[in-house]
Amino acid sequence: MNPVSSPAGRGHQLTPLQRRLHLDGPLLLLIALLTALGLVVLYSAADNSLAAVQQQAIRLSVAAAGLIIVAQIPPQLMRVLAPWGFGLAIITLVAVPFIGIEGGGARRWIALGPINIQPSELMKIALPVALSAYLAGRHLPPRLPDLIASLVLIALPVALIAIQPDLGTAILAAATGFFVVFLAGLQWRYIIGATVAAIPAIAAFWHYIMQDYQRERVLTFLNPEREPLGAGYHIIQAKIAIGSGGVYGKGWLNGTQAHLDFLPERQTDFVFAVLAEELGFVGVCALIGIYLAVVARGLWIASQAQDDFGRLLAGAVSLTFFVYCFVNIGMVSGLLPVVGLPLPLISFGGTSVVTLMAGFGILMAVHTHRRTWSG
Amino acid sequence: MAASREGTAMPPRWRYYAVLIGMAAMALALAGRAAQLQLLDHAFLVDQADARHLRVTEIPAHRGTITDRSGEPLALSSPVQSVWANPKRLLAHADRLPELAQVLDSSASALRQRLSQRRDKEFVYLERHMMPERTSQVEALDIPGLALEREHHRFYPAGEITGHVLGFTNIDDHGQEGIERAYNDWLSGASGRKRVIQDQLGRRIEEVELLDAAEPGRDLALSIDRELQYLAYRELKRAVTRREAASGSLIVLDARSGEVLAMVNQPSFNPNRRADLEASRYRNRAVTDVFEPGSTLKPFTVAAALEEGGYERRHTIDTAPGSLRVQGKRISDVRNYGTLDLRHILVKSSNVGAAKLALSLDRGALWRVLGRLGLGQRTASSFPGEASGRLAGRPSKRPIERATLAFGYGVSVTALQLARSYAAIANEGMAPTVTFLRNAKADRPSAERVLNADTARTVRSMLAEVVSAEGTGSRAAIPGYEVAGKTGTVKQLDAEDYSKERYTALFAGMAPAAEPRFVAVVVVNDPNDEAYYGGEVAAPVFRRVMRGALRLYNVAPHGSAGQGELVMADGGRG
Repeated sequence: MNPVSSPAGRGHQLTPLQRRLHLDGPLLLLIALLTALGLVVLYSAADNSLAAVQQQAIRLSVAAAGLIIVAQIPPQLMRVLAPWGFGLAIITLVAVPFIGIEGGGARRWIALGPINIQPSELMKIALPVALSAYLAGRHLPPRLPDLIASLVLIALPVALIAIQPDLGTAILAAATGFFVVFLAGLQWRYIIGATVAAIPAIAAFWHYIMQDYQRERVLTFLNPEREPLGAGYHIIQAKIAIGSGGVYGKGWLNGTQAHLDFLPERQTDFVFAVLAEELGFVGVCALIGIYLAVVARGLWIASQAQDDFGRLLAGAVSLTFFVYCFVNIGMVSGLLPVVGLPLPLISFGGTSVVTLMAGFGILMAVHTHRRTWSG
Repeated sequence: MAASREGTAMPPRWRYYAVLIGMAAMALALAGRAAQLQLLDHAFLVDQADARHLRVTEIPAHRGTITDRSGEPLALSSPVQSVWANPKRLLAHADRLPELAQVLDSSASALRQRLSQRRDKEFVYLERHMMPERTSQVEALDIPGLALEREHHRFYPAGEITGHVLGFTNIDDHGQEGIERAYNDWLSGASGRKRVIQDQLGRRIEEVELLDAAEPGRDLALSIDRELQYLAYRELKRAVTRREAASGSLIVLDARSGEVLAMVNQPSFNPNRRADLEASRYRNRAVTDVFEPGSTLKPFTVAAALEEGGYERRHTIDTAPGSLRVQGKRISDVRNYGTLDLRHILVKSSNVGAAKLALSLDRGALWRVLGRLGLGQRTASSFPGEASGRLAGRPSKRPIERATLAFGYGVSVTALQLARSYAAIANEGMAPTVTFLRNAKADRPSAERVLNADTARTVRSMLAEVVSAEGTGSRAAIPGYEVAGKTGTVKQLDAEDYSKERYTALFAGMAPAAEPRFVAVVVVNDPNDEAYYGGEVAAPVFRRVMRGALRLYNVAPHGSAGQGELVMADGGRG
């Protein structure tokens, strides 16, 4: 492959930070901003508990270490390892129904020595890497056989995750796969054709795949008043929290919905409502702005990639991150069904943070392992 | 290689633009949704939030204290806590019901049942008016759906001694009987309102603002004298117990001001114990129950003769042979007293004498006197449930009825009416307005003239002789004082006919006779067969209580010796 023809050939220089540590300054800054905001909101959501903040800070540090490690891996190596990683993720996913640990009506975890791992999270990284590696080695834009192969590569893990059941993660995995294929140059006729085919597929999905509680959630989303004390309770309380925040919010630590116990799951999936109640519309716009900046930087990295593998991977990781944000904020504010996804880098919890940081590590690796001219 | 190069160059710019436009659209959707909720629906959703955590709650007003005439407390309110629950929320933590049951002295299954029956309600009391050490146990449990509410608990230090007069409040602090009911508005004040913040479990977190301050109830000073009340209670109870009587009442009035100094009944009840609250026990019989006054009415027959018949005290009536037939009915005395002057009609309590006297008067004379006394009408006491008694609407045309009215049959009164009537005799013919409140205008008590002053004095002097050694009321005599009074032994009306077995023993009187300070009435209902005459049963009670009243109020004994002692004592101190 000739570097001259890559977009990076336009002569963009690497900074010392990028060259020596393989880290990307602007992305690091944005991540630091998000995590700091997250800890501030978490302190309020956890009823002024420093213990929760400390616990989350430790998780973030561990995940950041993961980011640094991933960033050191040259994309060429990732490409070589991709089939193995994907295979491992599939095997663990298949194993989950048999040896998984059950919790909250779902089986998502398997115990691996002293730590529990979540194969679906592993797949969130393994899928885009493997798919990017596959398509980058084929003719682009992909031809129909490659598209069918890609579809199988996407559908298999998505189905395995969906039956756990973990609808949120399944949607994210599917989105990641779609983005890789889309960025590889998926023709519009396939997109339109798939959309037309999707309608009966969705109907089948509704009737045969979805669990009762998931159907309930969708119906409740369509009309939360259906069950104001049951399934719709979360959404109603969250809407009230967000709306009563107004332009400038009620002030940090002053949210009544959050601090008087009305808002459920306010440290985890519904933390956005706490932020919106206390920091108002201004805070919401700032958060969305930071998220957009992260994605913009990711897409810029993708556009600067020296090869198809890097371009597809960086683009898919960036877009998936945005879908992640969109689905969470959308569900908390009542635009989308409640599928159970945390708010990236803000919600309390460790697993998603590790995966997200690994994703950022990949972005940085793609960006900083380029060969550039020093002159 | 060629394919790869073609691929790398292949995605045209527009694909990136499509991605960017798609993302921008999603970001705008989120921002737009936030704007819709936070800017457009803001006011509505703020109301919704407020509706969830802001509550207006009542601030219970402190109920006024009731005191006796010298300021001793008779009814007090103290703050307590009540435990209430939101049934649905508490049932969500049903596993903790056994702990709660232990503190509440109940069983988990009983609690569960109680909560289940009310699960569509938001509020149910589990226990009212808890002692502080137990409320802290409830607080320590900290079960969601369980909360405490501040209330006031009414306490009556004198218990059953003052129970009938004071009445009681219900658990919501509203007066139900007696003074508590009559003066409820005065005592209760107005409860206030405040806005509070409460959390999802209904626990009150913080007070936000005071909407209306609670206006505490006002205190009330009664005319009751606590010490005299105690004495009256003790003596009446002793007599009723000893005579195995069904019930009894005793009233002591201030003769001039009409203030009720003591009012007790048997059987009694303790207003501090809600288990005691049955009407047969908490009824204030002295004002709610009526009886025929019998011989205690004779002084007013004599008064009618003096005022309306031109009689004088030396005039005589021939009562021989000790019985009289009127319209075929026989009226009789205990024995043949022969010729009696007016004074001795009272001293011997002659039914024949009283009947002849009444029949000699014009038809309405006695009826008019009794009407002026206020018989058949409630007194001005405003005591809840007071009875009016019964006096015929017009004088009877039948001589037998006029004859029996002369010795107290065919008319019914309450003990309080009888006491007020005697107060007219004590108070130079002026019947005072009866009151349970300490009289602010003690120097100018309100009273109405019902008898001439001369008549009252004459009748009083006759009544003093009833309490002499030869009279029926000799057992009411108090050494050192001159007492005036009249006994009564009344056959009780059983269904249609007068009973041969059941009597009411009465004594009504005053002391000191020359210038009475106190009037007292004693009613003992259905004493046992061994002794049932008013002079035997009621007069001794009167004596002990009246003696106590005279001592408590330092009324100088009759004669100069007592006066001298007082003067000397004062001089010695000066």
